[in-house]
Amino acid sequence: MYDIKELYEAESLQEAVALRLEHPGARVIAGGSDVLVQMREGRLAGQELISIQRLDELRGVRLDDEGSIRLGSLTSFSQITKSPVIRKHIGVLGEAVDLVGGPQIRNLGTIGGNTCNGVTSADSASTLHAWEAVVELTGPAGERRLPIRDFYLGAGTVDIRPGEIQTAILIPRASYDRTWGYYYKYALRNAMDIATTGCSVNARLSPDGKTFERVRLAYGVAGPVPRRAPSAEAAANGRPVDRATVEAFGLAVLDDIDPRDSWRASRDFRRHIAVEMAKRCLAESVRRCGGELS
Amino acid sequence: MKDQFRMVEFNLNGRDVAHVVDARSSLTDMLRNDYRLTSVKKGCEVGECGACNVLIDGECFNSCLYLAVWVRGKKVRTLESLAGPGGELSDLQQAFIDETAIQCGFCTPGFMMTAVEILESGREYSDDELRKLLSGHLCRCTGYENILRAVRKAMHRRLEGPAPARP
Repeated sequence: MYDIKELYEAESLQEAVALRLEHPGARVIAGGSDVLVQMREGRLAGQELISIQRLDELRGVRLDDEGSIRLGSLTSFSQITKSPVIRKHIGVLGEAVDLVGGPQIRNLGTIGGNTCNGVTSADSASTLHAWEAVVELTGPAGERRLPIRDFYLGAGTVDIRPGEIQTAILIPRASYDRTWGYYYKYALRNAMDIATTGCSVNARLSPDGKTFERVRLAYGVAGPVPRRAPSAEAAANGRPVDRATVEAFGLAVLDDIDPRDSWRASRDFRRHIAVEMAKRCLAESVRRCGGELS
Repeated sequence: MKDQFRMVEFNLNGRDVAHVVDARSSLTDMLRNDYRLTSVKKGCEVGECGACNVLIDGECFNSCLYLAVWVRGKKVRTLESLAGPGGELSDLQQAFIDETAIQCGFCTPGFMMTAVEILESGREYSDDELRKLLSGHLCRCTGYENILRAVRKAMHRRLEGPAPARP
């Protein structure tokens, strides 16, 4: 038995928005893999909950009219990994969320929950940052969209206003076109573990495969929120596709990140592995682009 | 709590059932207390150990992290659905016995329901893939090698022979 004060079960998106306005102190529960654990631990004991679990309209992955990949916020990690749209256009996202927890957790946990909890170590978060995802929120005034980097306000805090429900995450066509990426999760165990650091890189090469047209990199657990690495990106953009660029890219990362000491790993260790992860991820991204490091 | 007791209609092990349940119940609570399906074990109750694993619409879920009211309209299967009408063991259960994949038995129902999802996919998996698919379960007695062998054996038998007639 959970220590739930009230459970409001929304049957439609409109009802969920109305419930959010009516009960501003209530927490939204989607899959439950986060909220119910915190409730069991006592941190959320006695909480009012708004369940959006039945809003099947928020499940699934598809291409929208503008060619953006649209992930409904209730899409589970395993649905993302299995999705043909994801496999074809942004396989790295399917691979990243396939490293969350274990199989049962991946059937339960949702992409919306993984971003709304504002946690820096979330396995989806660094990839969504690196691919400049757009967050869609639906509230009493209708829809609002914002870049994912503006959605994260601080550790555990995201930009969700009264009455709003996160309804989708979009990856614009300009972001995934001719682009391939790789995610590296450093953790102590292969399953049921949280990332010590997560690194997601993607690259687009010039048509002749000799120049980096666009490289993007984002980390989880390199700061209080997932973050991009602008110095490292600048060190690779427009540069030749060779080992020297990969080295410079890796070293530049140290200007961008600010990890902390925690019981999981020290700041120094995280800085050390961040460089190595960036290099490996970029090298693998090049390979996936069909390029070769000279 | 307003409406503390709510009607939940769903399909449990092939039977349509309806029950009034406390809205604060986990699915584990409801299956154990209201339906006496004690194969659903209470282990960690935070989704780490997999002992309470059941199939919901063909996918595995830790029932400890699932509100009972969420199964409305869904198909839930527990270990109790595996044996035949006369109590005959299923091929999967027999494989666990043959490979000595059981010691205290506490993790076994959870492992078996994940194995059911694996077998029903009709695919052949490598050992590495099987390890990953089984990684949501903790066993503190046998180690995992015999469990892996049992699932692999059942998988190969199903892929080779005619599929056994089981719902």
